[in-house]
Amino acid sequence: MAFDVVLAVLVLGVSIWTVTARDTFAAVVGFVAFGLLVALVWVRLAAPDVALTEAALGSGLTGGLLLGASTRLAHAEPTAAGEQPGAILRLAVAAICTVVSAGLAALVLLLPEPAPTLAPQVAENIAATGLRNPVTAVLMAFRAIDTLLEVIVLLLALLGMWSLAPDRLWGGSPGQRHHVDLDSALSFAAQLLVPVGILVGIHIFWVGSVGPGGEFQGATILAAMWILTRMAGLVDMPPVSRRWLRLVLVAGPAVFFAIGLAGFAIAGAFLAYPASYAKLLILAIEIPVTLSIAATLALLVAGPPERALQR
Amino acid sequence: MLDALTIVTVSAGAFFFLAGTVGLLRFPDALSRLHALTKADNLGLGLVVLGLLFQVEGPFAALKLIGVWLLALLAGATVTQLIALTARPGGRPE
Repeated sequence: MAFDVVLAVLVLGVSIWTVTARDTFAAVVGFVAFGLLVALVWVRLAAPDVALTEAALGSGLTGGLLLGASTRLAHAEPTAAGEQPGAILRLAVAAICTVVSAGLAALVLLLPEPAPTLAPQVAENIAATGLRNPVTAVLMAFRAIDTLLEVIVLLLALLGMWSLAPDRLWGGSPGQRHHVDLDSALSFAAQLLVPVGILVGIHIFWVGSVGPGGEFQGATILAAMWILTRMAGLVDMPPVSRRWLRLVLVAGPAVFFAIGLAGFAIAGAFLAYPASYAKLLILAIEIPVTLSIAATLALLVAGPPERALQR
Repeated sequence: MLDALTIVTVSAGAFFFLAGTVGLLRFPDALSRLHALTKADNLGLGLVVLGLLFQVEGPFAALKLIGVWLLALLAGATVTQLIALTARPGGRPE
């Protein structure tokens, strides 16, 4: 109880600090700390699956994306800080924020007690999916359409970012090349950590069928390992026009969609699986989806193409 | 008996975290602050893990805990090196 109170106060304190921090970089650091604290909150709420996702995606990967953005914006920051928005604009922003916060608070306070739940139905029908982790059963079977759309949204985000590249760099390699220094601590850590990290990523993905874990969390770890080897200069990002890279990116959503369509023929509905080999089909979806998410996330962090294609 | 061992070692670990935090807040320059932080990571987490080892069931859970400690050591040491390289006077010009 005392721990929960301290945790809640810390979360509130860090969130206020993050919002009020004037320096972009400091705000990003605050955001990462906030995400880790929120992951702890999810653990306290007995939701380890959400905690893993928050720590890996919400705090780690989003933090990485924001760090990249703050570095890119660093040169424009003094100008931006010097500009004062007009009084009307500031009042409007304050009003909208107040309305949204009040609305959210009202919604939370008005929630029916006990909260409506579909958990008993999931527990009753989980045997049909061949899975033992109810969260994965919801994500991959009962609400598979949401997951399919999430995977596609990620791909759209990557396309949107790529389209920021100027025409002459289109199809080239993302980001600058990092120079390799084999004596540095970073490349030593990359060489030592990456094999372990890849195993942990695969483990987190694989264990998702019986316990906390799953393709998004596992893929984030795999993406982090790719980013680490790139930062150490051990590998370079391939040009985004490479055929194999695009195949990896599209394979997950495509296989997911194809098996979903096949559901009409073999089980009578979109994304329906016949009970006898549901788990096999889910696995056939999850493996390419994990690889696609990992590649998408790593490329998102790498940024839009910045080097022209070598012909 | 095992519980007593856990309490002693985890408390000792918590003490190192506290000392590391005080050092982070009070030490005058970046390099000595890093020095204080590494004590929290290495010894603090090490002692906490050691204390928890008395409580786990089976060798796999114990190996997992030790793995967590080793990975934290590797990450901590690397990040400390990188920060120190940037913070050192005449260090990496960036």
